Parts: sequence; C-alpha cells; structure tokens
Amino acid sequence: MTTIFYERREGQILQPRRSNVSRRFFFFYIPLVFFTGFLLLPFFWMIITSIKPASEMYNVREFPLMLHSITAKHYQRLFNSMPFIIWTRNSFLVTISATFVSIVIGCLAGYSIARLRFPGATTIGIGIFMTYLIPRTLLFLPLAHILKRWGIGDSLVSLIVTYPTFLIPFCTWILMGYFASIPREIEECAMVDGCTRMQAFIKVVLPLATPGFISVSIFCFTLSWTEFLYPLSFIQSELQKPLTVGIVSRLRCGDAFFWGSIMAGGTLTSLPVIILYSFLQRHFVSGLTAGAVKY
Amino acid sequence: MSRRKIYAKRFLGREATLGYLLVAPALAVISCLVAYPFVVAIYLSFTDKIIGRPASFVGLQNFIELFHNSIFWQTVRNSFIYTGGCVSLKFALGMMMALFLNQKFKGRIFARGLFLVSWVMPVSISCIVWLWMFETNFGLVNAILRASGIIKENIAWFSYPSTAILTIMTADVWMGTPFFGVAFLAGLQTIPKELYEAAEIDGAGSFTKFLLITLPQLRYVVFIVTLFSTIWTFAMLETAFIITRGGPMNSTHLFSTLTYQIGIALGRLGEGTAISLFMFPILIVLMYLELRYVRKGA
Repeated sequence: MTTIFYERREGQILQPRRSNVSRRFFFFYIPLVFFTGFLLLPFFWMIITSIKPASEMYNVREFPLMLHSITAKHYQRLFNSMPFIIWTRNSFLVTISATFVSIVIGCLAGYSIARLRFPGATTIGIGIFMTYLIPRTLLFLPLAHILKRWGIGDSLVSLIVTYPTFLIPFCTWILMGYFASIPREIEECAMVDGCTRMQAFIKVVLPLATPGFISVSIFCFTLSWTEFLYPLSFIQSELQKPLTVGIVSRLRCGDAFFWGSIMAGGTLTSLPVIILYSFLQRHFVSGLTAGAVKY
Repeated sequence: MSRRKIYAKRFLGREATLGYLLVAPALAVISCLVAYPFVVAIYLSFTDKIIGRPASFVGLQNFIELFHNSIFWQTVRNSFIYTGGCVSLKFALGMMMALFLNQKFKGRIFARGLFLVSWVMPVSISCIVWLWMFETNFGLVNAILRASGIIKENIAWFSYPSTAILTIMTADVWMGTPFFGVAFLAGLQTIPKELYEAAEIDGAGSFTKFLLITLPQLRYVVFIVTLFSTIWTFAMLETAFIITRGGPMNSTHLFSTLTYQIGIALGRLGEGTAISLFMFPILIVLMYLELRYVRKGA
C-alpha cells in the first residue's frame, strides 16, 4: 500500500493529495465511456439505420456505424406501404383517452383516501396499491376472453377500457401522496369562507397539486403509448393497432427484414415520449422515484 | 385540535358518503377489469376451454399436464435465470450509474437525461433495436467484436439456447438500468454529507464509506426498487416475444411468452391460464414483501 499524505488547512476536510488523475480516470472517464456506449449506442444506431441507404447497410466490409450518404427512402416506405398514419392516430387516440379517464378517476379516489374519513379507507388504499403490482401477464388471457364476450374485442375501445386498470392504481397512489402533503387547514379555511367540500377541492386543493398532475400525466402518457401486451392480445385487425404492435407485426415480411423502415418506424414511435421527457425531465424524475413505473 | 374534532363530527356522515362516492369509479374499474378477470382466469384454468368451443370442467388436468411438460420446466428455469440475472445486473450497473452521476461535473443533468433514453423508449421498439444489434451478418454487436479482434467469425446469436438467452437479457438490462440508476441517485442525494465527512476524519476509504454509509442509508430505496423490478422482470414479455420468439426450439420461453403462445396463438385458453397462474404464488410473496416494506417506510 502506498502511503497517503494528508495536508491540513484550516476549515478543510482531510483529503488525500495523491492520485487525483488516476482517480478521475477510474471513477469518471471509464464509467462515462461505458455508460455512454452501452446506453446510447443502440439508440443512435437505430437513427443511423433509419437514414442509411440499403446498399451501405448490407455491405459486410463497411463498419455499421459509418454513414456515407443519407436517404429518406425508409421513411417513405413507412408511409407508402404501412398504415403508419392510422397507427399513429390510434396510438394518440387511445393514449389521450386512457390518460384522461385514469387521471380523473385516480384523482377522485386519491383525494378520497388521503383526506376523507370513512371506515375502510386504508384497506381500499392498500387494495388499489396491490392492483398496481399485479402484472398484465396474469390478466391478458382472461381479459381477451371477457372483452370478446362483451363485444368490444378487436377495437380501440377495448384498449381505452383496459389501460386504466394499470393507470388508475398508479395515479391514485401518486396523487394520494400529493393531497396528503397539502395542509388540511387550507381546505378548512375555504370551507369556513363558505365553500362546499367539492368547491374547496376544485378551487383550492387541485391547483396546489399541479406538480403531481404533471408527473402523473407524463407517466400515464408513456405507459399507454408504450403498452404492447394488451393490444397484442386484444387486437387482430390491421387498422385498429396502435404503433407499437403495428410495427412489430411488420417486422418480418415473409422471410425478409426491412431494417431501414423498421428503424424509421422505431425512431418515430420513440419520438413523442422522448420529446415529452426532454422538456419535463424534472417532473418525471420526482414521479419516478415516488412510484416506480416500469421494471 | 378541538376545532378539528367539531368539524369531524359535523362532516362525518356526509364525509363518509362522499368518500365512498369518490372511490367508487376506481373500485368499479378494478373489480370489473382486474378482480373479475382474475376469477375468470382461475375458472378457465380448470377447464379445457379452446377459443370458439364450449368449455368443460377438467379439474386439475391442465396443471398435471404441465408437470409432465419439458417445455414448461424449461420455461420455469429460464424465468428464474432471466429474472435473477437481469435484476442483479441492473442493480450493479444502476448503482455504478448513480455513483457516477452523483459526482459533480459539467452537464450532469444533461447526462442523466441522455442515460434515460433507453428507459423512456417504448419497450417493443428497444427489443426490435436489440434484435437488429445481434443480427448475425450486419449487426453492430458482431461488427464491434470483429473490429476489436475478439471474434473472427460472426456469432449466430439466436441459433443456440445459451447465446439466445444472453441476447434477451442484454436487452432487458439495457432498458432497466436507468431506472435503478436514477432511483439510486435520488436516494444518494438524500444522504447527509456530514456522515461522509465524519467517516473521512476517522480515516475511512472510499470502499468502506460505500459499504458502511451509502448502502445502509440507501436500504429503503434499494429494497423497493429491487422488488418492483423483480416483479416487472419476472412478468416481462416483449424481450423473449420479439427478439427470440421463444426459440431456438422453445428454449428461451418465459412465463409470459409461453402463456401467449398457448393461450392466444394456439387458442388453448385453459392451458394458457394454468401457465400464467403458476406465477401467482411467487408474485404473492413478492407483493407481500413489497407491501410490508412500503407501509413501514411511509
């Protein structure tokens, strides 16, 4: 072991003087290169592939990350030979409706559990949290069966109806936390001033919980936008599919893969969520730590 | 306090009614679309229901048949290897990422945002990207291994059971690491600096500080994140469904893909639900642990 010399100055904490350069190398540059490479390379390669001419893509002598010329062909093929616009519309339709419904229902339930005193409130809260932990894998078979029997299988309605099952527990749980953090006195003041409880809730509590609503909306949007298992098992018709399932269904054309168009589709599908996150990173990090969403 | 009590008395009657009224929609959705399907799943698992045909009660036959099915046992093995391997790798890499991002440097927030891309991307798209990454002739993974001289011939990743399961695990780790990283980072930032300063004065090195301060302080975050991730990873469908399609020769099926394969693709609902219900006892244990800990922490 090498000796470590300590230099003491007034008001300063003891610090080893030695090996600052190698320390920085091991703890900063190596992880930096590793994480950047591991986490970002696949993403960049998706984008590169989507604009790379096929002649370059299938040239074995070329290193795959190289790009000599760019093409829009893959994107054109996406719009010409796949119902890409319709899938996008479906995705937006389902995502926005499911998000809206879930936030309204989750907000009412969250408020009720966090604020109103009634027998069984805690039990209901825990019950809702438990639902949040039940994975979709356990439910998609019976749900597919039930939805078909109800006559709404194979339609966008089946998705708008089922997405809230995993969104509502999440919304309720997160918003509950926000409502509980707002002092009860504020509400009571409003009620003393003549508001009914509902008015106090709408005019006083809801505006104060705005950050909660922002993070909940981001998460609901993302979860619905990226959902794969439910549409995969409920929807068969080409024109009712959302983007995620639509693109995967066109992965193999007979035996051939059209990697360029697939990656173009992947890039465009990722775009809305990536834009959302780049603008609202702050909100979403707080939401993420409050209520683990996926994985 | 007394004012509060008066309020409580005055509003209790109305408050309780309002309370039930407000949770009613949530409970309705959950009972119709979670509880009811779950009961249906248990019912279906005792029948020989095939899509388009009437069901008849067969008792435990579906479960007994699964016990004699080698693909099912392979799936059980895969699910445990997959979950165990992925969660521990995500944990280790996530911890490294958090410690890295916890250092002060320019563009830290930007780096945190960039590192989240793999987590934000739709899971199905990430899986397609990894399918393309591991492509035998034109994939990036083989190209990098070739360029760095590790291999001479391209590896056909999807042709052998051992490498095929590696591909789906890589994809899972790639998607899940940022979640661990950012959650751990948030936990790291709540640890009081004084603890480290005191330890430094006592002569503790980096590793000792990590072991005796960082880990114990993070235990709540660590526990919650790991349990959540274990549940999601255990129920993962997309990786095996898109990347290997359970192949080669059904050697990389997970619970979810086998359920899908039997229940939706082959239409044998009874058998399919029986497979998915095998997950249930394991999930109950995980959920119980999670619940106990969440309540203790809150």
